[in-house]
Amino acid sequence: MDWYSKWDASLDGWIVVAGILCAVAAALPGNFLVLRRMSMLGDAVSHAILPGLAIAFFISNSRSSIPMLVGAVIAGLLTALFTEWIRGFGDVDEGASMGVVFTTLFAIGLILIVQAADHVDLDPSCVLSGSIETIPEDLVSIGQFRIPRVVLMLSGVLMVNVVAVSVFYKEFQVSAFDAALGTTQGIPAWIMHYLLMVLVAVTAVASFESVGNILVVAMFVVPPSTARLLTDRLGRMILLSCVIAAVGAALGHISAIAVPPWLGFDRSVSTSGMMALTTGLLFVTALLFAPHQGVVPQFVRRQLLSLRILSEDLIALMYRMEERSGNLAPSTDDLRTVLLSGRYVTQLLMRHHRMSGTVVRQTGSGRFQLTDKGRRQAAELVRSHRLWEQYLVSEAGVSTERIHQQAEKLEHFTGRDLRDRLDQQTATPTLDPHGRPIPAENNPS
Amino acid sequence: MSGQRFSNGYLEVPLRPTRFAAYVFFILVVFAAPAVLVAAEAVQTETPQAYRSNHQRSGSLTDRSVEWPSWTQWSRVLLLKDYNTRVVVIGTSLLGLAAGTIGSFALLRRRALMGDALSHASLPGVCVAFLLAGPLGYDGKSLPVLLIGGALSGLAGASCILVIRHLTRLREDAALGIVLSVFFGAGVVLLSVIQQLPSGNAAGLEGFIYGKTASMIASDARLIGITAVVCVSISLLLFKEFVLLCFDEDFAAARGYPVLILDVLVMLLVLLVTVVGLQAVGLVLVIALLIIPAAAARFWTYNIRSMIGLASVMGLVSGWLGSVISALFPGLPSGPMIVLVSSALFFASMLLGTSRGILQRGIRQWKLNREVDRQHLLRGIYEVLETRIGEVTIARGRETEHVSFDTLMELRSWTPRRLRRQIARSRREGHLIGTDTQFALTAPGLVEAARLVHEHRLWELYLITHAEIAPSKVDQAADAIEHVLGPEMVRQLEQLLEKHQSVDGVANSPHALR
Repeated sequence: MDWYSKWDASLDGWIVVAGILCAVAAALPGNFLVLRRMSMLGDAVSHAILPGLAIAFFISNSRSSIPMLVGAVIAGLLTALFTEWIRGFGDVDEGASMGVVFTTLFAIGLILIVQAADHVDLDPSCVLSGSIETIPEDLVSIGQFRIPRVVLMLSGVLMVNVVAVSVFYKEFQVSAFDAALGTTQGIPAWIMHYLLMVLVAVTAVASFESVGNILVVAMFVVPPSTARLLTDRLGRMILLSCVIAAVGAALGHISAIAVPPWLGFDRSVSTSGMMALTTGLLFVTALLFAPHQGVVPQFVRRQLLSLRILSEDLIALMYRMEERSGNLAPSTDDLRTVLLSGRYVTQLLMRHHRMSGTVVRQTGSGRFQLTDKGRRQAAELVRSHRLWEQYLVSEAGVSTERIHQQAEKLEHFTGRDLRDRLDQQTATPTLDPHGRPIPAENNPS
Repeated sequence: MSGQRFSNGYLEVPLRPTRFAAYVFFILVVFAAPAVLVAAEAVQTETPQAYRSNHQRSGSLTDRSVEWPSWTQWSRVLLLKDYNTRVVVIGTSLLGLAAGTIGSFALLRRRALMGDALSHASLPGVCVAFLLAGPLGYDGKSLPVLLIGGALSGLAGASCILVIRHLTRLREDAALGIVLSVFFGAGVVLLSVIQQLPSGNAAGLEGFIYGKTASMIASDARLIGITAVVCVSISLLLFKEFVLLCFDEDFAAARGYPVLILDVLVMLLVLLVTVVGLQAVGLVLVIALLIIPAAAARFWTYNIRSMIGLASVMGLVSGWLGSVISALFPGLPSGPMIVLVSSALFFASMLLGTSRGILQRGIRQWKLNREVDRQHLLRGIYEVLETRIGEVTIARGRETEHVSFDTLMELRSWTPRRLRRQIARSRREGHLIGTDTQFALTAPGLVEAARLVHEHRLWELYLITHAEIAPSKVDQAADAIEHVLGPEMVRQLEQLLEKHQSVDGVANSPHALR
């Protein structure tokens, strides 16, 4: 892995800078797109600005940035407007009206570009994938520094987005979460909608020729979605999404250089595609390992919970067996036939109980008995169970046949306080609805 | 609006001719299309390879100028004289047909953008198929191999969408965006790998992005034909189930239909059309063929049979016309042209459509406005007269007293122009007579005015007695509804409010008149 030997600060440095600028600039408005459930509008707008670019080129007859920017913003706003319009008139959902508008505009744009192919190097094949690799070739001088034109433009766009998001933070926030409330507070939802569209269009057009529109679409949606999985606070989500976008872009270029040699190629692969891909991998990582919403942590939490419940059920069962037939010592298999649990997990939990001193194994027979400590713990559970049964019958009016299932679930989530309150509510019963004694509290207060 | 919706088809018994037309259509597609293709092959005049070298220009993205084609060119293309034009035109038309049919279900299922995500997600599969085909001993450029790869990665994309939607709290739109951009990014990376292969010539693969209709050969068209037959026949066979799935999923589940399987089947059909359409219009625009004809058809009808039929016809027409135009004008690539033709159809439908069209709605609104003005004017004059005379009934059978223009102006917030126009119209109808400033109701005008006032007051009374709205508020509320009260409704109201009827058949106003 000697990618750093191929690293050339004046080339790769600028590419990474451009990638990061573009990614962060796109991630900022992207947060609100994702929150307002309009992610695909980012895709639509970034396709639909193509005719705006082409027409601006025809009119101004140059490739200078200002007319292109104006053309793209107009095209972007028209997309949002037409989408809204067709949705209203056609009685179709937003996705369909968006699909109608952006494909039409994109088709017009393609045809215009083909017509303009004589005069301009707007190449259709780099519309989608961009040509980020050629960024360092087009330099402009600022004072004594010579920096790529694209980097300059992307910094400008990033500044615009940062300023817009921080100035209108509150307005964006309220219209993202409760547009109606915003409207009543004097922040008309439609103004915020079109302001967002302007930001999206400006970002898309600035990134268009440099990094291609597919990377912009990826950066609009993927970093904010990843951040959404990691936090519930809007401010943190925006910051996180910027960090993720920047990391994704940097990693993307590094892997574009580093990965091909592993696969036996000696040249690098498409950087913007790779940036989209690495950001996607960051998303998958978050999907799997995000602390609260990640698939793996959730799975582990569920497994731990079910183990705890099973281990509690084991000693509660031993308590009931003792209660019913005196000094009976069950084996692991006796317990398993009642609880329908797996052999291995039951043995494991019984070992855990032995180690924590709640059960002892009778020497030789492999049968288990509760210790005093275990009996106290089990009594708590059985007390919770029977108090709940009593409560369900006397206070909630549930029929006696159905209370066991519910009490079986509730007993594991009932602490001392709740038990005391159940006790009070049911007037301190001594027998449960099935006629079995309710154990007394261990340390009566 | 809902009143009109009922009269426009939801409650109509499905007409025999529609079903008959559907069967004829189906038979045509099933038997005629392959027959045409076979015939096309039989009279082949140019080999595909020769054609490609001769006509490579048409449809490629690098052409520049648009020249008006000569008459012979017109006739050659329109009469399908060239073998290759024939193949391309038939292929794209059948693709349009299949996409229109399946797109209707996708649209009604609110899955329109799913096709977009699927088409982008198919790119890495196409590339992987190209990379693997060589070593595994297949032809890396044969379309079926590439399309199978595309379909597989499209399926992977669809599963990712489902996983993201079900395992996280992200919404469907974010899931679509993520899958679309990340898969496409992977595809772009793979494309750049293929371009660097010493043996690799990725020119054929880039055609999948923007479409490369001109290179379509008979076997490709036959593939599209088979797809069309499969799509249309499955849609016809499972029509009832699909419709139920689109409109009332829960009911379908309750009736015991395998909703999940049907849903997956619709998705598979969408995937099939998307993947097959890649070559014709490219992965960015193939979604247009699915959505636009279906969305356009919605402007013409509320009946799902007609909608799907219309959508398939529109898809067929746009495929046909788009490829014909592209064949005639070498500077116009066919993929975008097909999309533009369907967009043109869409906007025409949006404007002229007979059920939701803008023009239709405008006319309906305009008629309603005129009717409302007419009723307001007559009722206004009646109530002015009533207040003037007091409790006494207005004498029937002859003209009434005169009411001045200014008095009427004060009644409502209408402009003098609007009021004058309505007065002129009522005069023509024979309800009003008088000079420019003074008017009186004629005998028939009085009868009509009395009827309108009666309806208005019935509704007011209903609101007071049954909806418990304050008498001072009911005038406004009744204003909103009285114009759409039907005779049946009026009869029911009269029965309900019998005791309030006064001697002359007009209910008394429950509130003070201004």
